[in-house]
Amino acid sequence: MSTANTHTHTSHLAHHFQNLEHQFAAAKLGIWLFLCTEILMFGGLFVGYVIYHGIYQEMFAEGAKHLDWHLGAINTVVLLLSSFTMATGVHFAQKNESSRSLLALGATVICGLIFMIIKYFEYTHKFHLGLEPGRFFHFQGAEHSNLALYFSFYFLMTGLHGVHVLVGLGLIIWVMFRTRCGDFDANYYTAVECVGLFWHLVDLIWIYLFPLLYLVG
Amino acid sequence: MTSTSTQADEINYLNHQKGIWSWLTTLDHKRIGILYMITVLTFFLIGGIFAMLLRVELFATGKNIMSAAQYNQVMTFHGAIMVFMVIIPGIPAFLGNFILPLHIGAKDVAFPKLNLLSWYCLVVGAVIAVSSLLYGGVDTGWTFYTPYSIHTNNGTTFVVIGAFVMGFSSILTGLNFIVTVHKLRAPGMTFWRMPLFVWALYSTAVIQILATPILAITLLLIAAERILGVGIFDPALGGDPILFQHFFWFYSHPAVYIMILPAMGIVTELITTFSRKVIFGYKAIALSSVGIAAVSFFVWGHHLFVSGQSELAGIIFSFITMLVGVPTAIKVFNWTATMYKGSIQFSSPMLFALGFLFLFTIGGVTGIILATIAVDVRFHDTYFVVAHFHYVMVGGTLMAIMGGIYYWLPKIFGRMYSEFWARITWVLIFIGFNVAFFPQFVLGAMGMPRRYYDYLPQYASLNRISSVGSWTIGLGFFIALGVIIYAITKGKKAPANPWGGKTLEWTIASPPPHENFLIEPIITAGPYEYR
Repeated sequence: MSTANTHTHTSHLAHHFQNLEHQFAAAKLGIWLFLCTEILMFGGLFVGYVIYHGIYQEMFAEGAKHLDWHLGAINTVVLLLSSFTMATGVHFAQKNESSRSLLALGATVICGLIFMIIKYFEYTHKFHLGLEPGRFFHFQGAEHSNLALYFSFYFLMTGLHGVHVLVGLGLIIWVMFRTRCGDFDANYYTAVECVGLFWHLVDLIWIYLFPLLYLVG
Repeated sequence: MTSTSTQADEINYLNHQKGIWSWLTTLDHKRIGILYMITVLTFFLIGGIFAMLLRVELFATGKNIMSAAQYNQVMTFHGAIMVFMVIIPGIPAFLGNFILPLHIGAKDVAFPKLNLLSWYCLVVGAVIAVSSLLYGGVDTGWTFYTPYSIHTNNGTTFVVIGAFVMGFSSILTGLNFIVTVHKLRAPGMTFWRMPLFVWALYSTAVIQILATPILAITLLLIAAERILGVGIFDPALGGDPILFQHFFWFYSHPAVYIMILPAMGIVTELITTFSRKVIFGYKAIALSSVGIAAVSFFVWGHHLFVSGQSELAGIIFSFITMLVGVPTAIKVFNWTATMYKGSIQFSSPMLFALGFLFLFTIGGVTGIILATIAVDVRFHDTYFVVAHFHYVMVGGTLMAIMGGIYYWLPKIFGRMYSEFWARITWVLIFIGFNVAFFPQFVLGAMGMPRRYYDYLPQYASLNRISSVGSWTIGLGFFIALGVIIYAITKGKKAPANPWGGKTLEWTIASPPPHENFLIEPIITAGPYEYR
C-alpha cells in the first residue's frame, strides 16, 4: 500500500507517511520536543542551584575554588570542537559523502572521550580530597559549614550531564555503524541529524554548567 | 491488504496476525492501545482492592483487619497505583492511542516504535515499583514528602525509580501525540475540524511534555537523597524540604489536568453524539482545553498554603487557582447547551457522561472552596480534600473512562455489550460513589484528618456509610468488568456505527482494518455535522 514508490529508499519509509520529507519533518519535530523535556529536566537542577546559590553565596564561591577552572575550560573547548565536528558530520551525510561523515563523527567520539577522561581525573581527585557528595563528604578545613551541598550540586549536575555524554557517544557510534552499512544518503539521514541535535544540546548544557560551577564567585 | 470485501468476518487488526509474540512486538497503535487497556484495567483492579481494604479498616474505630503500619502501606499503594498506573495512562495511552489516529484520519501515530516502548516503560516501571514490597514497602503516601521519604523503608527508592521510568511512558505518549496531530492529519482535517477529544488529548500532551521532566528530576533527587544523602531537601545539610513540595507539585498539579482533560474530551464526544446535535461552542471548548493546560502550570502553590510560603505567594496562587474555574465552567455550560433541545438518548455511555457532569461539577466547585486560603487553612489535610479530589478523579475521570469504554467497545472489539447490565453498573457506581464520598465532605468539615488509620468515635457513623458506598462502587466496577469480558468473548457483532456517531472512526469497519482507512479520508466539514 506504499504511496511513494518513486523514492529510492522506500524501505526507510514507514507506511503512515506520504514521503520521506514528511517523515523527516515529523522526526525533527519529535526530537525538538524531546530536547525540550531534557532542558526542563536539567531546569529543575538549575532552579535548585539558583535558590541555594542565593542563600549561600560565599559557600558556593568557596566550593568553586576547589575546582580547577583550567580543566573545565579545556573541557569546554573540547565540547565546542565536538559540536563543530558533529555539524560537519551531518553536513557530509547530507552531501552523500559517507566516508568524510564517518571521519567527522569519529572525531566527535574522540572529543567526547577526552571530555570523559578529564572528568574522570577531576572526580577521582575530588574523591581523594574528601570532596564527595552529601553524607560521604569528609573534607577537613572547609570555611563554610554547608560546603557538602555545593558538591552535591557539582556531582549531580555534572553527573547527569556525564550520563548524557555517554548516551550521546553510544548514539554517535550507532550512527557511525549505520553510516558504514550505507544506510544514509542525501534523501535519508534522519538519525544523523537527530543525534546531532541531541549532541548540541549536551554541549549547550555544559556551556551553562561551566561558569555556574567553576567560575562562580 | 488489498481486500475490499465488506463481509463481517473480514481481516481486521485483531486477526491479521496471530500469537502472543505478534502482540508483544506490535507497532499498531490499536493493538498497543489494547495492551494498555489490559495493563490499566489490571492495575485498576489491584488499586481498587486496596481501596476496599482501606474502607474495611475504616468501617469501625480501632484495629479491624490491619495494623497502622500496614494501613499506611495499603494507602500508599492505592494512591500510587491509581495515579501513576491507572488514571494518568488511562485515557491518553489506552483510549487515546486507539482513537486519536482514527479521529484525524491517520494510519498510525507518528512514532510507532516509541509508542510500543512507552508501554514497556509503564510495565517495567510498574514492576520496579511493585518490587519495593520485597524491601519493606512504602508508607509515604503517593506524594513522597521529604524528609520522611528520605528516612523511611528502602522500598521507597524502588517506588520512586519505578515512577521515574513510568514518567518516560507518559512523556513518550505525549510527544507522539503532539507530532501525530501536527503531521498526520488527513487532507482537509484542519485544526478547527478536529474532534474535541483530539483537542483535549493535544492539550494533555503539552502538559505531559512540559511537566513530567520536572517529576523525573524530583524523583531522581529523592533517590540521590536516599543513596548519597545529597542534602538538597535535608535541613541538616543546609537544604530545604519545602523545595521538594514546590518541585513535586510543579509536576503533580498539572498532572491533575493530565487526568481530567482527556476525560472532558470523552464527555464532549459522548454528549454531542447522544444528543444528536452539533456541539455548542466548538472553539470555546477547544480553546478552554488549551487554556486549562496553560493555567495549570501556575497554580501549584495552592498545595502549600499551610507549608510555609509567603502570604503574597499564597494570595497569587489562590487567585490563579480560581481562574481555572473559568475555562472549566465554559465547558460545563457548553455541554449543557449542547443537550438543550437535543434528541437525547440515554444509552449507558451517555449516562456516564451525565454522571460526569453532575459529579465533576461538585468536585470542581469544592475545588474553588479549597482555593480560598482562609477556608483551606481549616480544610487542609482533612477528608474534605479527599472527597474533593475523589469527586474529580473518580466522579470525573473514571466515569468518563467507563463511558468511553462502553462507547468505543463496539469499535475496538467489533462486539456489542449488554445494555441492561451496563446500566446496572452505572446505577451501582453512581449511587455507590455518592454514598461513599459525600459523607467525606461532612467528615472533613467536622475536622476528621485524612491519611489516619483510626478516628474518634464521633466520626463512626458517617465512616460506616462511606464504607458501604465504597463496596457498592466496587461491585459496580466488578460487574462492569464482567460485562466487558462477556461482550468481547460472546457479544453480538457490532455494526460499523452503532451510535450514529459522526467522527471518522465510525466510517470504518468494526473492528477496524490493520491500516485503519482503506481509502484515505478527505475531510470537508467539521466533526459533528448532525444537521
